This record gives sequence, C-alpha cells and structure tokens, in this order.
Amino acid sequence: MIRRAPRSLGEHAPILFPALMLIVFFVIPFGLMIAVSVARRIPGGFYEPDFVFANYERFLTAFFGGVLSFSLELAALVAVVAVGIGFPFTYRLARLPRAAQVRWLVFLLSILSLSEVIIGFAWSTLLSRTAGITNLLVAVGLMAEPQSLSPSFGALLAGMVYQAFPYTVLVLYPALARLDPALVEASRTLGASPAKAFFTVVVPSQRNTIVATLIMAFVFALGSYLLPQLLGRPQHWTLSVLITDQAIYQSNMPFAAAMAVFLVLVSLALVGLALLAGRKEEA
Amino acid sequence: MSALVLDGLAKRYGSFTAVHGASLRIPHGQFVCLLGPSGCGKTTLMRMIAGLEEPSGGRLLIDDRDITAAPAHKRDFGMVFQSLALFPHLTAGENVAYPLRIRGVPAAERRGRAESLLELVRLPGMADRPVSRLSGGQRQRVAIARALALEPKLFLLDEPLSALDAKLREAMQIELKQLQRRLGITTIVVTHDQREAMTMADLVVVMSEGKIRQAAPPMEVYRRPADAFVADFIGMTNLLEGEVTAPGRISVPGGELALEGLPRQGRALLSVRPEEVLLHPATAPGGANRLSGTLSFVRDLGASVEFRIEVAGREIVALTRPQDRPPVEPGGAVTVEIPAGACVVLPPESGVGGGRPS
Repeated sequence: MIRRAPRSLGEHAPILFPALMLIVFFVIPFGLMIAVSVARRIPGGFYEPDFVFANYERFLTAFFGGVLSFSLELAALVAVVAVGIGFPFTYRLARLPRAAQVRWLVFLLSILSLSEVIIGFAWSTLLSRTAGITNLLVAVGLMAEPQSLSPSFGALLAGMVYQAFPYTVLVLYPALARLDPALVEASRTLGASPAKAFFTVVVPSQRNTIVATLIMAFVFALGSYLLPQLLGRPQHWTLSVLITDQAIYQSNMPFAAAMAVFLVLVSLALVGLALLAGRKEEA
Repeated sequence: MSALVLDGLAKRYGSFTAVHGASLRIPHGQFVCLLGPSGCGKTTLMRMIAGLEEPSGGRLLIDDRDITAAPAHKRDFGMVFQSLALFPHLTAGENVAYPLRIRGVPAAERRGRAESLLELVRLPGMADRPVSRLSGGQRQRVAIARALALEPKLFLLDEPLSALDAKLREAMQIELKQLQRRLGITTIVVTHDQREAMTMADLVVVMSEGKIRQAAPPMEVYRRPADAFVADFIGMTNLLEGEVTAPGRISVPGGELALEGLPRQGRALLSVRPEEVLLHPATAPGGANRLSGTLSFVRDLGASVEFRIEVAGREIVALTRPQDRPPVEPGGAVTVEIPAGACVVLPPESGVGGGRPS
C-alpha cells in the first residue's frame, strides 16, 4: 500500500462528503451559536445582532464558575467510574464463548434504546422510599425501614454511569476482543498472578483505548441535562441544565449560547490536554 | 534423578479427548521435541505442563514433587509462545526484565540483568528499542531472553520458529540448540516440522490423535519407528504389507523377501527408507530380495535423485546419489533391491498410512 498525503482533487474526493457534512451540521451551527453569543439581548423580547461580551462577562462569576467546575468534575467522575467498571467487565466479556458474548452485546444495545427520561424515572423509582430497593433490604432484615435514596449525588452518579456504561463497553469491546490471550498467559508463566497480570499487562497495553474511552464518556456525560434534574438536587445541576433553562425558559438565547460556547471550548481544551499527556508519555 | 515426569496426563473437552493419558520421563538437561501433525494434542500437552490448561487426569511431577495443581505463576517455567506474546507497551529490555519486576527485583539490577540476557541471545544494546521496531528474528530472541530471565527449571517453546522464513529458521534451530546446551536447561519444544525436531532434539516424542506414538532419540525414531504412523511421519518411507510364508520369508506385492525379525505367521508391515532401496538395471544378474518393476518418474533434487518405481501396481520410492544413478530412463524396466537389514518390521495395520507408500 502506498502511504503518502493525497495531492490532486481526485485523491481528496473520498473525504469531501464527510467534510461537507461536518461543515453543514457542525461548523455552521457552531458559528451561528458563536454569533448569537455576542448578540445583545432585548429584555422581554428576543435578541439583535451585535458584538458585545456582556454575556461572557455575566457567567465569569463565582456561581457559574462553581456550576462549571461541578459539571466538569461530575463528567470526569462518571467517565472514571464507567470505565473502571466497564473495562474489567468488557475484558471478561471478550473471553466468554461467542454465543454468550452476542447475548450480552444485544442486551447492552437494548439499553441504548431507552431514552434518558425512562432511565431517569426508572432510577428515581428504584431509589424511592415507597417502591425502591430499600424495601428489599428491609425484607431481608438488613435495614430497619425503607428510605428514599433519591434525589442525591449518589443517585445522579448511578443514573449517569448506567447511561454511559453501554457506550463504554461498545467502545472498549473491539480492542479487548483483539487482545492476544497469549499476552496474559505469558505474564502468568513469567510469575504474575491473574490480578497482577491484569494490571501489569492488560491495562497498560490498552492505555490508548482507555484514554479514548475516558474522553468519550466524559464528553457524553458533560451533555447530560435531564438526569441531574430527575436524580439530583438543585446544587447538582450541571451547566447543561442552566443552558437549557436560559435558552428555553428564560428566552435568553445569547447568554445560553455564550455558556454553550464556553463549555465546548473548555471540554475541547481538556480533551486536548489528555491527548497531549498521552502522547508525551509514549515518547 | 529424574527432572520431569508425566504420569498419565490427560485432557478431555466434553466428549473429545485432546490428550490420552500421556506418560513420559524427561531427565535433567534434555532437549525434547513434541512432534506431530496439527491437532495431535502436542500443544495441549505443553500447555498442561506450563499450567495454562488443567489436566482432566494424571499427574505432573518435577524432582518427585507433585505440581499437577500448582498455578502457572508458581511453576518457575519459562515459556515462548507461538505468537511470542511480547508486551507491546514495553521496550525489548523492559520485556526481558518483566519477570524480574514481578519478583520485585530493584530497577537498577533489573536493567543490568536484562542487558546481559539480551547479550546472551546476541542482541546487545537493544534494550531501549520498542518491540514494534524489532524484526521477526529479533522479537524471537527477546521472547527467548524473557523466558530465560528467571533461570527457569523448564524451558518451554510452542512452535517458536514457525513465523520465521526458512533460512532464518534453520539458523535459529542451531542457535537454540547451542544455547540450550550451554545453559544445560531442560527444554521442551512443540513443533510439526520433523527437520526441526531432528536438528535440535535429544528426545523426539512423536504424537498423533492425542497419543504418544514413540519417544526416542532422533536417529532411533528414524531408523526404528515404532509403528507405521511414525515411519510415515518422520521423513519419507515405503510401507510394504505382506504375508509371512515361511520362517524369515515374507511375500509382498511383486515378489518375496527374506528378512529377520518377522513374526512366525500372519501379516506384517515393512518400512523401508527410500535411501536404503537399491536400484539395478533389469539386465543385472539376479539376487536375493529383488523385485522387478517399471521406472515411472525421476526427480533430480540436486544432492540426490529420486526414483518412483511401479512394482506390481504399487509405487516404491528410491533415493540415490547422482553418481549412483542407474542407466534407466522413465518407462524402462528396473530391478529394485530391498536389503534385508534395511527393513523395519512393524505391527500390521498399526495406524494411518498402513500399506500405503508415501
């Protein structure tokens, strides 16, 4: 195979269509959002084109800073927990017989068909006092009386990890299915216990996959705005919730756009940093 | 003193038996080749020795200590895998030092030992190379150095040279044998290549269909095969089936042979190596153990000439040096002599290839 940069227009052709799609569906809307974010709001009305940074100035306050940092921390925690559970799970899954693997993957894919609303209400029922799992714990005698576990930070984390988990598994699966089983066997014959083999061979050899999955889960969790309202308390509301609130209920599009632009820039910067850190370690 | 003893080691998967009770005694410092066609159970047997596969029956002893139930990481055996299984996230030196790291050897000492191990396999100064930037032969050597890092009691290699091209493979066979002799380490190699086994082994263990057919030094396996399968699998051979007519006489297609070691009566199978078969022009004076046939095909192999002769509807293969080539052209009549001492008498119909020349 010849590996060189494409030169003529014809050689560039295969990427023209995706490039066009990217421009139409990402670059243009994002450009519009940037334009709106510097527009001037007409109180009680809509907004008119302008070039003011008032919207950006407004959220550089302790309140919005707090919400932003909570959003980033929550998304990072969700990503770490989802990959922390998903990686060993997928590793075991990839070593099951073929038929069992297919059953698990179909089951995980079916979770993806659930909407965020259903997931949110299912978890809030599951964690409620009247119908929740604490009733089971009471029945087996582990608890004195049923309790409500939602809304709380734990409930929010559980719901968001549940939502991110199938994506995590599906991203990890191809890499872990390709992992040569002889690598682990080699480490076993070289004196490593199964747990040691997992942490000294499986995890480090999959570092790039893990970083990529963490970033994917992080970005995915950052966009969540329904679950924080269903499973969290107001102090657990993320920036996405505030953006929705401003855009839809307060009709303040410029401010919502400014927050959205800022969120995109911050998450892009974090992803870039993660990639940079990964590359530096490799060199 | 006996190093490794396999006592009826067996492996079953459901109704399929991969290895029937294998028993073998391997003395210290021996180089053993498990040889057989693919699917004969040789890799399964090695994996049971390494502790990667749990035996369904039998015992495994090393120096009279039962290690049948010991997990792989407590056996102190070094193993080279068919895929080599080098850790892609580590450099050559870190790969070699990996077992030392697992044992908690300090980093500075690890580095020194990894370097001397790489020197042992003739890869000096390669410690900092990433695995992805090594050639096939270099990876091979790194895998060997890594398996030897803990000075294992047993050195196991599963088809270690199968990924190399023919020339490099031959060179590595000789090098591996020399390394083994220098270190005096008990070594077991799984291979399907009988040349490889003949080159390296002190003891060749021929397997087929999950059974050990014969365990003997290479030349004995070649000259005194235990059954038709072994005779057929190790090198080329002519298998002749016949009926004992009188003591020391056997009737085969195309004539009668006088041999020693025949059973008193009944059928017997003879194995004759092509290079033992002598050819004479049809006009030559008669003698004992001669069969007449027609030369059907000649193949010049450079160092030797191969003849295929049709005798009573069956083919006999003969191999001679070019200077001993008889003056016969294909299609001509030729006399085949099978010297009495060249025949190995096998039990009749013992295994595949019975009565079939190959």
